[in-house]
Amino acid sequence: MSETADRVKKIVVEHLGVEAEKVTEDASFIDDLGADSLDIVELVMAFEEEFGVEIPDDAAEKIATVKDAIDYIDSKQ
Amino acid sequence: MRRVVVTGLGMVSPLGGNVETSWKNIIASKSGAATITRFDATDYKCRIACEVKPADHEYGYDASLDVDHKIQRQVDPFIVFGISAASEALRDAGLDNMTEEERLRAGCSIGSGIGGLPGIESESLVLANKGPGRVSPHFVHGRLINLISGQVSIKYGLMGPNHAVVTACSTGAHSIGDAARMIAMDDADVMLAGGAESAICPIGIAGFAQARALSTGFNDTPEKASRPYDVNRDGFVMGEGAGVVVLEEYERAKARGAKIYAEVIGYGLSGDAYHVTAPHPEGSGGYRSMEMALKKSGLSLEDIDYVNAHGTSTPLGDELELGAVKRLFGDHLSSMSMSSTKSAIGHLLGGAGAVESIFCILAMRDQIVPPTLNLDEPSESCKGVDLVPHVAKERKVRAVLNNSFGFGGTNASLIMKAV
Repeated sequence: MSETADRVKKIVVEHLGVEAEKVTEDASFIDDLGADSLDIVELVMAFEEEFGVEIPDDAAEKIATVKDAIDYIDSKQ
Repeated sequence: MRRVVVTGLGMVSPLGGNVETSWKNIIASKSGAATITRFDATDYKCRIACEVKPADHEYGYDASLDVDHKIQRQVDPFIVFGISAASEALRDAGLDNMTEEERLRAGCSIGSGIGGLPGIESESLVLANKGPGRVSPHFVHGRLINLISGQVSIKYGLMGPNHAVVTACSTGAHSIGDAARMIAMDDADVMLAGGAESAICPIGIAGFAQARALSTGFNDTPEKASRPYDVNRDGFVMGEGAGVVVLEEYERAKARGAKIYAEVIGYGLSGDAYHVTAPHPEGSGGYRSMEMALKKSGLSLEDIDYVNAHGTSTPLGDELELGAVKRLFGDHLSSMSMSSTKSAIGHLLGGAGAVESIFCILAMRDQIVPPTLNLDEPSESCKGVDLVPHVAKERKVRAVLNNSFGFGGTNASLIMKAV
């Protein structure tokens, strides 16, 4: 697992209060991890802080799974 | 008019994470006051408060019993306290698993005096330091006063009236009184009613201290600071927590064989129309609110055995309430007891009236009245009033009066009696 993946998963666990085992790369924030649209806004902000990247709204809207987030962050670093 | 009874109790207080622990400690004359731990208050005029204790404390509070981790992160502590107290009250009433039909007739009226002050403070700093793009998307609905009622209704599927009172330190009493009327008027059959507060944060302590409302002379002996009616009192000690009761239409409660704690029989409300923070110099607002509650109750003064006073430990407020109570009770003063439980748990502001109403109910259940701590040297005007100094007192308690008065000159009085 990449370093980005580890850090993303840690943020997801902390923000959504879900068990770490459930945060697989295929997991959908809304369908599998109980997030709502505002939770995703908050997660995106946390990713921006953690990785020092800007995630514009149109890109954020396309982040549906844990893998989407990891891939986007990796592409900007 | 439909009769309204109390069938469930829930509480988070500086002396316990639930009703029974809090009550046991109140009766044992314990104090919840200590040096502030939430933030470094070294440079503040007031450095003490009655904080709700962490889960690992002897009488601590465990939010995770009833509130999801995610919600705990997103909302201010007053909402978390409120959800916990409401959950305990619903379970106590045996109503945590109602049918859809029942839930259509069940609502919430749980308010707060100030709301999410710690979160407003901290998020304002985020805005100032990091800009608008870093403000939490949960900022607004995590701080709003009606969001205890909102969160609780969602958690338990309560589809009846969804309401929240905001009347400063009268909130808890007004919430119960208003919700009782909703049931009496047939708007609902069951109401969760009460109040919560958590404003022990830098701006909260600084603001109340600047308004000259807080005790500042007992920073080295925090448990001595809240001393209602004592000559050396110098202001209130900030508390936090929540109190919620389940109110239920009497016939419904009786039919399902519910445990009935008390009946809400009198409710009085008034405005001082005088000053934003100072009570009316003759205590006339408090007098009229008690008088109205008494009239509505149909009781006589000699029926009321215990008064849980507003009694915040401020130099002016305590004297004026005492004067109003003495004028109202007149010849019957000697047969009743009056105490201020704020001496033990501090002033819960919007939660005070609800938590104190619960103490009144438990006083009737257990036939014991809680003490006024630190009443070492009662002021001159205390003569002839049993203020239950230092230790709880076993006595007959048939009916009770609870007073709550708030900034803006808002007053509420509730009278309850055993059924």
